[in-house]
Amino acid sequence: MLTRRIIPCLDVKDGRVVKGVKFLNLRDAGDPVDVAEIYDREGADEITFLDITASHENRNIIIDVVYRTAERVFMPLTVGGGIRTLDDIRNLLKAGADKVSVNTAAVKDPEFVKRASERFGSQCIVVAIDAKKIQKTGDRRQKAEKKENLNSELRTPNSELLRWEVFTHGGRNPTGLDAVEWSQRMEEYGAGEILLTSMDRDGTKEGYDIELTKNISETVGIPVIASGGAGNLQHLYEGFMEGKADAVLAASIFHYREYTIKEAKEFLRGKGVNVRL
Amino acid sequence: MIAIIDYGMGNLRSVQKGFERVGHEAVVTNNPQEILSADGVVLPGVGAFKDCMRNLENGRLIDTVYKVIENGKPFLGICLGLQLLFTESEEFGIHKGLDIVKGRVVKFSFNTPNSELQTPNFKVPHMGWNSIKKSGQWSVVSGQKNQFSSIYEGIPDNSFFYFVHSYYVIPEDDDVIASTTDYGVEFVSSIYKDNIFACQFHPEKSQEAGLKLLKNFGDFCKC
Repeated sequence: MLTRRIIPCLDVKDGRVVKGVKFLNLRDAGDPVDVAEIYDREGADEITFLDITASHENRNIIIDVVYRTAERVFMPLTVGGGIRTLDDIRNLLKAGADKVSVNTAAVKDPEFVKRASERFGSQCIVVAIDAKKIQKTGDRRQKAEKKENLNSELRTPNSELLRWEVFTHGGRNPTGLDAVEWSQRMEEYGAGEILLTSMDRDGTKEGYDIELTKNISETVGIPVIASGGAGNLQHLYEGFMEGKADAVLAASIFHYREYTIKEAKEFLRGKGVNVRL
Repeated sequence: MIAIIDYGMGNLRSVQKGFERVGHEAVVTNNPQEILSADGVVLPGVGAFKDCMRNLENGRLIDTVYKVIENGKPFLGICLGLQLLFTESEEFGIHKGLDIVKGRVVKFSFNTPNSELQTPNFKVPHMGWNSIKKSGQWSVVSGQKNQFSSIYEGIPDNSFFYFVHSYYVIPEDDDVIASTTDYGVEFVSSIYKDNIFACQFHPEKSQEAGLKLLKNFGDFCKC
C-alpha cells in the first residue's frame, strides 16, 4: 500500500539554510546539502528546498545547491521559489531536481502550468497555494446557501461559510481567487500535486488548517501536501487523518530536533497511519 | 561503462550519480556509438509517452534501442523507460510504443461517477513510496530461470520504492512479471525479459533499496 509521506522543508537564501538548523555532528548546518543528507539518512520521504533568495543575480546559486544535492541524496527533491519560466524549470530538473513548485507564476499566468506540465510532465509540476481564511457573508449568502447542502460540516456556528483566498508573495498579496476553485483549476491545467500552505497557521505551531486541507484534498484527484503550522507529532497525525493529506510538510519541528523523522514515523505508525519505516 | 540514454526527458543526473555512488561508471549520452559500445544501457524517462517516443525518434535513437536489445546487452528501463517497451499506450489517445514487450499501458482509473463529493480513495498520479511483491523467478513456460532473476538480490520482499506515475503496464505474458505493487489494483511494478529489466519505480530515488538495485544491475553488466 502507498504510504503517507513526511517532507522536511528547508528555506534556502543565497545558497544557505535560513535560520540555524540545530543538528549535532553536522559539518555545516548552513549547507542545505549537508542537512538534506541527514534527512535522507533518517528516512525522510522527500525533501523540499524553498528558495527565498531575493536578488536576481543570486538565483543561480540554487541550481548549484541542487546539483550538489543530487550527488549525495537519493530521494525525491522538490525546489520552489522564484520559478518564472520553462527554462527555470528545465535548469532545475537538469541539475537533479525531481519536481518544481510554482506559486506566483501560476497566478500571474495559469497557462504557464499547462505549458510546464505538457513539456515536462504533470508528475514534476507542483502548484503551491498559500491560502488565508475569510468568511462569506452578505451578498455572498445566496451562493453560500446553495453550497450549504454540499458541505454542511464546513459551516461555522453562525452560519457563515468558510472560504479561503489565494495569496502570493509569502502571504502579502491577495489575489481574489478562491483556494478550492483554484486547486481544481490547477489540477485541470496539469498540476501533479498541490502544496497547500495555510498562511493563518504558518509559523504558529498550532497545527495545520484541517478544514482547508480536507476541503482541497477531497476536491482534487491529485495528491495534496499539508503545510503551515506543524508544532508537534499530533499535528502531523491530524493532517493525515482529519485533513486527508497525502503528505505533510514541516520545518522547525525537525530542524530544531524537537523530533527526528524516525520518531515522527513511529508515532504515526503507532496510531495506525501507514508510513514507511 | 553504463550508458544512460539522453533524449531530453527528466532528471538523468540522479540516475548517473546513483550508479557512481555504488561504484559503477555511467555516462549520460545521446550518441548511438557510445550507447552501443557500453556494457549496459539505461532508458530513463518521465513525462508524456508520445513526447518521449517523438524525442527518441528525433534523436534517431529508436534503432539504437532495438540494436542494444538484439545484441543481448543488459538493458534497464525506468518509469517511462518501462512503458515505452510495450506495444501501445492509451495516454492521450493510442500511441505505439517500441513493442519489445507485448502488452498495453493504461491509466489508473478510480472514478466515482455517481457521487461527485465522494472522496477519491486513490489519487492520481500514484506518487510516493510503495512496496513491491517479488514474483517467482522461474518461467512457467520454459522452466528456465530468467537471467535477471538476481536483480533483486539483497532486496527483501515488500521493500519500498519511490513511484510517480499515472499509467501502468499490463503485459500479455505473465512470465515477464518481476514484481507487483498494490495501488487500488495490483499492477506490474517491474518486468524482466531476456536481457531486459524494467521498473515503474525510480531506483535512483529510492534510497538504500534503489541503490542496491542499481548496484545489482551494474554488477550484471560487468559479468
